[in-house]
Amino acid sequence: MILRRHYTWLTLLTALIIPGRADAHLVNTGFGPFYDGISHLFVTAPDLLVVVALGLLAGMRGKATSRGMLLAITLAWSIGGVMGLTFAPAITWAVATTVSFLLLGALLALDRDLSRSTIIVIAVAVGLTHGFLNGAESAASGIGLVGFTGSVAALAVMATLTTALAVSFANGAARIALRVAGSWIAAIGILMLGWLFRSGV
Amino acid sequence: MKISLHRRALLLASTGVVAAAWPFFVWAHEETGQAAGFLSGLSHPVSGLDHVLAMVAVGFWGAQLGAPALWALPVAFPMVMALGGMLGLMGIPLPGVELGIALSAVALGAMVLGEVKPSLPIAAGLVSFFASFHGHAHGTELPDGASGLYYSIGFVVATGLLHVAGIGFGMIREWPRGPIVLRAAGGVVLAGGLYFLWQAIA
Repeated sequence: MILRRHYTWLTLLTALIIPGRADAHLVNTGFGPFYDGISHLFVTAPDLLVVVALGLLAGMRGKATSRGMLLAITLAWSIGGVMGLTFAPAITWAVATTVSFLLLGALLALDRDLSRSTIIVIAVAVGLTHGFLNGAESAASGIGLVGFTGSVAALAVMATLTTALAVSFANGAARIALRVAGSWIAAIGILMLGWLFRSGV
Repeated sequence: MKISLHRRALLLASTGVVAAAWPFFVWAHEETGQAAGFLSGLSHPVSGLDHVLAMVAVGFWGAQLGAPALWALPVAFPMVMALGGMLGLMGIPLPGVELGIALSAVALGAMVLGEVKPSLPIAAGLVSFFASFHGHAHGTELPDGASGLYYSIGFVVATGLLHVAGIGFGMIREWPRGPIVLRAAGGVVLAGGLYFLWQAIA
């Protein structure tokens, strides 16, 4: 019985690997700017990592903090994005975006007891910075406000899912997994800083 | 209770192994000669047996030590390894890297074989010390032209999954003869480490 279930899981896991072969050749979907905006978050690793790290960090501090964080980051990201769309500077701020997810990953790994207001302040800072860059990129790539709206929608969904996951995992052994995830995110940030140094950014 | 533990151990080990094997499946689509991104990073830690032995041994040892070392070691290792990687990327030399990597397998294998249980600071310090050598080697060996961020993601994820595989296998200590098998696995790591140490010195 145990072995049968084991083989079932192993078969499922193996089956999950197979579609990965086809995905490697997927270039674009051609669904229009809104969907391009949605996909932008998932192909822009610094944005994705910062949202995941912040979502998990807030979720570990409870439901009230998570709700505050969700409101703060969505609003701040939108405001920053509108500013980015308006001014559309040709900048990347690679060091700033790397440091942001590095620090959030480290805070997650260390499991610091941060207050709700601190989390919200962090969410606002992250939202304004990354939102501004997203807005600027949306303007530069031609997907404009519609595309940026898609990226905000993706951000809100992703932040909600990750923070909800963390709320449900906030106690017991599962909390350890969240801290390990934080250490991975911080490690990626540290390595990325080395890359930026090597490439002279 | 025992059944649950067995099943959990099997699932965790198989998940870790299958996930760690992922790059071999997807690699088929990487262009020849292209040193790029996520897949390169994902395959790099599993491309050298000396690295694999040490990573998996961290998981073995964590499983033997139990909480809090079980989670503290996999949290500490990637961060210190990344610091070592950053030094490598920045061109800051670290003496005796290959020796340090081989010694890591020897030391960690010996710890598992002997079922040595030091205090958490000592265990974390030892693992972190060796992590810097592994990170530095990866940092200096990174191919030019690779996407730095995606390489880093793949690299850290693969390393973490090797730890998960090690911890998953280490959970066999809950089985009747599990502790002996786990110690024997430590012996295999030790033997492999001695081989690589011989190669590093010779």
